[in-house]
Parts: sequence; C-alpha cells; structure tokens
Amino acid sequence: MTSPTDAPDKSAAGADTLRGGPRRGRGRVRTGLGRGVPLPLLVPALLGLAFLVLPLIALLVRTPWHSLPDQLTSPEVWQALKLSLLCATAATAVSLVIGVPLAWLLARVEFPGRGLVRALVTLPLVLPPVVGGVALLMALGRNGIVGQWLDAWFGITLPFTTTGVVVAEAFVAMPFLVISVEGTLRAADPRYEEAAATLGASRFTAFRRVTLPLIAPGIAAGAVLAWARALGEFGATITFAGNFPGRTQTMPLAVYLALQSDPEAAIALSLVLLAVSVAVLAGLRDRWMTAS
Amino acid sequence: MTRSARRTRRTMQVAGAGAAALLALSACSSSGDSSTESDSSASASSSPKLSGTVTVFAAASLKESFTALGKEFEQEHPGTKVTFSFGGSDSLAASITGGAPADVFASASPKTMAIVTDKGDASGTPATFVRNQLEIATLPGNPDKIASLKDLTRSGLKVVLCDRTVPCGAAAQKALDAAKLKLTPVSYEQDVKAALTKVELKEADAAVVYKTDVSAAGDKVEGVDFPESADAINDYPIVRLKDAPNAEAAKAFIALVQSADGQKVLTEAGFLKP
Repeated sequence: MTSPTDAPDKSAAGADTLRGGPRRGRGRVRTGLGRGVPLPLLVPALLGLAFLVLPLIALLVRTPWHSLPDQLTSPEVWQALKLSLLCATAATAVSLVIGVPLAWLLARVEFPGRGLVRALVTLPLVLPPVVGGVALLMALGRNGIVGQWLDAWFGITLPFTTTGVVVAEAFVAMPFLVISVEGTLRAADPRYEEAAATLGASRFTAFRRVTLPLIAPGIAAGAVLAWARALGEFGATITFAGNFPGRTQTMPLAVYLALQSDPEAAIALSLVLLAVSVAVLAGLRDRWMTAS
Repeated sequence: MTRSARRTRRTMQVAGAGAAALLALSACSSSGDSSTESDSSASASSSPKLSGTVTVFAAASLKESFTALGKEFEQEHPGTKVTFSFGGSDSLAASITGGAPADVFASASPKTMAIVTDKGDASGTPATFVRNQLEIATLPGNPDKIASLKDLTRSGLKVVLCDRTVPCGAAAQKALDAAKLKLTPVSYEQDVKAALTKVELKEADAAVVYKTDVSAAGDKVEGVDFPESADAINDYPIVRLKDAPNAEAAKAFIALVQSADGQKVLTEAGFLKP
C-alpha cells in the first residue's frame, strides 16, 4: 500500500543530491571538512544520511541471496526490466523534444500568466501519481475528452499499451527536466544569445548554436532526473496503462504485485531496480564531471 | 470498573483506533454516527452490557454491508462505537501481525486469514461467514452481448482480470481453468476495485469481478452470471483477535455478523450464505 509512493520518493531523493550540481559540490565539501564541521550540523546531517540509506541497506540485508540467481534469470524479470528501461528512455526522449522548448519559453519569453504556466508545469511533481493516471484516463483514455477522437479518427487507444506507459511516465517525469533546464537557462548569460542576434543569427539559430551548447550540462542533468523518475514511476502507469507482462508491466509494477504473494521475489526485483538506478546515476554523474 | 477508568480506557481505545487507521495507510476508516431505525434482534438482550469502541479490520469488498452492520450494532448496544478499517486483506493482515490494535478481522480469503492465525494473533478458529462468487461486469446495456465466460475470449474485446497474486485473480483463473478457456486480458489489475473501475470508466469492455462489486457499482456496470463461477467461490473468514482491546464487544459484533439479521444484510449485498 505504500509502494505506489515509494518509488517516486526514492528517485526524488536522488534528484536532490543531483540538483546540487556535481561541479560546485565537491570542492566545497572538502574544504568544509578540512576546517572541521560543527557538531550541530554534523549530527543531523549524518542522521539524514542514515535515514535515506538505512532502508536500502535493509533491502540488501534481507535479500534472499541463495535464490537470487533463479529470480533474476527468470524471463519475467528480464521482460519487466527491458520494458522499464525502454519506456523510461522513450519518456525521456519525449520530454527532451517537448520539454526543452517549454523550458526555454518559460525562461526567455515574457508573456502574461507565465507564473501560472510555470505552476501548472510543475504540478505533476506534487500531484499523487495515481491522480495523474486518473487525469490521463480522463484526457487520453478510450472515453477521454481527446482519447475518444483518437479512437474514432485513428483507431488509437493508449490505455493498456506500451505507448500508454511512455505517456504516463513522460507526464510525471517531464517537469523534472523542464525545471532543471529552466534553472540552467536563467543562470546562463543571455548576452551570448544577444551577441549572436547582433551577428545576424535568427532566434532559433541562436538557440540551436549558442544556447543549447551552453546549457547542455543542465539538459543532461534534467534528462537523467527525468529518466530516473520515469524508471521508478508506478501510480500513473498502473492507473493509466494497466498491468500486462511484456506490454505494460514495468519493474515497479512487478515489484508491487510480487509483494502480494512472494515477498522474496519482490525484494530481489527491488534490488535489480536499485542496482540499475544507482549504476546509471553514478555513471552519468562521473561523465558530467569529466566533461565540465 | 469506575466511570473515569472506563472513560480513560475509551479514550485509549479511540487513540488506538486512530493508530490502527494510520497503520493501515490505504484503508479508509468510516464510522456510522447516525443510527438506523431497525429493531434490535434477540442477541442484544442476551448479551451483557457493552461499551467502548470495537475496531474491525475488514476486506474492502465488505465495506457497504459492514458499515450498515456497524450502525445496527451501535443501535443495539447504546454506548458502543464501531470503527472500521477497510482495505486489501493482505495489507490488513500485515497491519495486524505488525501490532495494529484491532478487535475483529474479516478477510476475503482463508489464505490471508492464515497470515494472522499462523502468527498466533487470532483467538480461536476463524469462522466462514459468507462466500463470494464471481460475475462478469460489462458496460451498461451489455453492448458487446457477452453471455458467457467464453465470450470474453472473443478477439477485439478488451477484458481486464485481477492479477493472479490477489484473491479475485486467483478465483478468475480457477474459473477459466474449469472452463478450459485461455483468456488474454489487456491488463492484470492489482485489486478487484481497480478491475471494476476500468469498466466503469469504459476503458475496458468487461472484467471478471465479484458479484458484490457489480451490485455495489449500481447501474454503472451490468452483471453477467456464468456457471463456471461455482468452481471458484471465495470463503470469507472472520475471527476475534487475541489482543482485542474490547473482547466482549468483538464477540458480540461477530455474533451479529453471523446472526440471521447480519446474514440478511450480507446476502442483500450479493454475498452467498456459507
């Protein structure tokens, strides 16, 4: 019963450590430790660390190592993992294509109601994912306000399809990308774009040739956040896309349903998801650091 | 027991019920304040004077009928209050073995009841008080003309089933096996209400759910009986818990559920007699 919210929490926690920014973070911590960290900060900080890490350690401790090889080589697990990776990547791609321009609009263009638009864009961040799923059904379901036309004109129905999973994940994950890119855009100096404009570049050319390379690290950070969020997405996916092995059953769904009957399998599956998330987050972080 | 002691105990029980509600996170606890006009049954006069709160953990499918029975109980025993925590039987059982202060547990399957009895948290042997049968839920008016379980295997029809890990999914699989049918649904839903919702929202054309859920959904879905459901009937056991804070009232509530009055409420909701 708590599982629907667990996965998002985990990735949200990962999100915050990332948002601090790999470039600024390291040096500061090192000098801080050199000078000696005040105890009133150190104790709660370690408590905070323990609070976030302890559940993950518990997962490792309780992992049924003896049956792990069997659990992990089962075709169902691979199917769910493959689908999870595929859908999270597709959702991230969708977010990049429509989310980066949206972030640019929010950061660079003055228009009435911009504050409201920004609030609406970030709404999926705080909305319970299940509510997101219900909202998607109302909009894009077979009987939804847009979905019924998709069905009538093109014969497309999104619920219960892999595309539906991607839609649900993108809905929940895109705000992470938009926020991250918008923040980077606001921090980036607009004078470079102005200089490009004075040299005769159109606004789109300036965006493509100047702005994009400038904010690339921010886009990468946002993409990884969105990807991680999409990978852990549960509530909107099961509500909007349902649960069918190989088609819509992603890892979080498999974990939740395994927990009903076979807690050992659920732990093993959780471990896989944890390992994949950690590997990708850690791997990508190093890449940014060497790149910048 | 003095009046003040009783009051203290009652406060503690209310607090305990609150904690129980918190523990069963997804479960919504509802309680009836208004009383029904029904006459009290014979069990009321024979039982001792009861007071305090009875905390009942019950399967989600019992929500409508148990809420009605709770009101009846409070009417029969002035001074008592029945607090419910409705939810998935699995999660309720987990709350109980985790120490949730409940008096009565009514689960949707013997398997989930066993979680509680195996841990020694039950007092005595659970009694089967109702049974539940499967039914096909279709869109209102049954536009796809579904008349049997076999019709669900028609191509182009979007059918949802419960996942095999939850009781309604296990029962549906049993019925399909009995009919020697292979059915590929569009989704295996995580519980019976989720499966029904997909039909209510018209996203799916049909679902295999419990008769009681079809009946509780009113005219948002239409029920279609099928003979194979007789091979997949679910027993609902009820038991008083060992650490029940209000054991006497718990006994009385279970007696009400098993009484002719209680059975009438339950059969009207679509349950079968045990």
